[in-house]
Amino acid sequence: MEHEFTDQNFQNEVLKSKVPVLVDFWAPWCGPCRSMAPIIEELANEIGEDKLKIGKCNVDENSAVAGQFNVMSIPTFLVFQNGKVVEQFVGSVQKVAVKDKLARFIS
Amino acid sequence: MPHNLIIIGSGPAGWTAAIYAARAELKPVLFEGPEPGGQLMTTTEVENFPGFPKGILGSELMANMREQAKRFGTEIISDNVTAVDFSARPFKVTAGTNVHEANSVIISTGATARRLGLESEKALYGKGVSACATCDGFFFKGKQVIVVGGGDAAMEEACFLTRFADKVTIVHRRAEFKASKIMQERALANPKIQVIWNSAVEEILGVDIGHVTGVKLKDTVTGETRDMAIDGVFAAIGHEPTTALFKNILDLDEKGYIKTAPDSTCTSIQGVFAAGDVQDAKYRQAISAAGSGCMAAIEAERFLA
Repeated sequence: MEHEFTDQNFQNEVLKSKVPVLVDFWAPWCGPCRSMAPIIEELANEIGEDKLKIGKCNVDENSAVAGQFNVMSIPTFLVFQNGKVVEQFVGSVQKVAVKDKLARFIS
Repeated sequence: MPHNLIIIGSGPAGWTAAIYAARAELKPVLFEGPEPGGQLMTTTEVENFPGFPKGILGSELMANMREQAKRFGTEIISDNVTAVDFSARPFKVTAGTNVHEANSVIISTGATARRLGLESEKALYGKGVSACATCDGFFFKGKQVIVVGGGDAAMEEACFLTRFADKVTIVHRRAEFKASKIMQERALANPKIQVIWNSAVEEILGVDIGHVTGVKLKDTVTGETRDMAIDGVFAAIGHEPTTALFKNILDLDEKGYIKTAPDSTCTSIQGVFAAGDVQDAKYRQAISAAGSGCMAAIEAERFLA
């Protein structure tokens, strides 16, 4: 299931998460974000939450978090592990390529 | 069983071809490619596509076209085509490890924005260097940015960025713009926009810090260089056709566009058609791309009959 991360819950849901977390920083006006949305949603349904948590963060409504992690381009994808950014990629990416980047977290 | 028709690319040309081919019951298969929706996904309001008197968001227009193509039975594959073999029929289209066969192919891979081609540009991509003003303008609220270029796209991006940035500087290598009059006037009349003429970006500064801090500009007349402090860099310096897959397979012109027969979308191989920006260095509009997508579908249908 896909999560929704906000300025309010980021600390608990992402930074303190026991499993790695993929965060999709997006906004409704961003075309490439829209084309990535179904891919991220599919992955959220395919990958077990016991291995990797997946969710999106609307930068328009949650500018504090976006600023804190220097998001300057969307879509930006950050993977957090133990509160730290351990993987990041930017822009339109194919589903297979996203899976490749996540492989080391879900094996 | 080979497919009747494979369409490569998902911009206005590809989706229009798919709509026509699907309605002709060809059961087309369309590969969306690395940037689904194509160039319109990174534009703002599209004001010149007929039928939308109040304009429409580029991404919305493309979502509509996709839905319309799907409605008539287009099979959509969200993957990249990595190789083609047009030496014999059925043609072979490879995506990763999957090989698909088709009796005809429409190429609508479009064009991609040209980059400055600097190492520092690559290193700072997503860190102040942006390929999409509409996506990233938001992050430059109250900041100062430059837009490199002198065409319509540069004017449009500069105007758009004034919604967020305090100051937008257009850097252009010549002493005049080649943008259309209406777009130039719009940009030059905007109090937040200033222009630096006869200058090119030699280097983007800030690699050591991890985000853009400025640019090194070179005067194209005197050759002098100077540094300019800036927070963001946007480039709108033209496009290149996406034809790497078809080199030495199809006839391309000297700029890399696929050559098509006059008044037609036929390429140098019978049964392979090209539509949209990939074969059009002249008009490059959403509506002309859609029009040639329609032509390609009709020509494919006749070829298959």
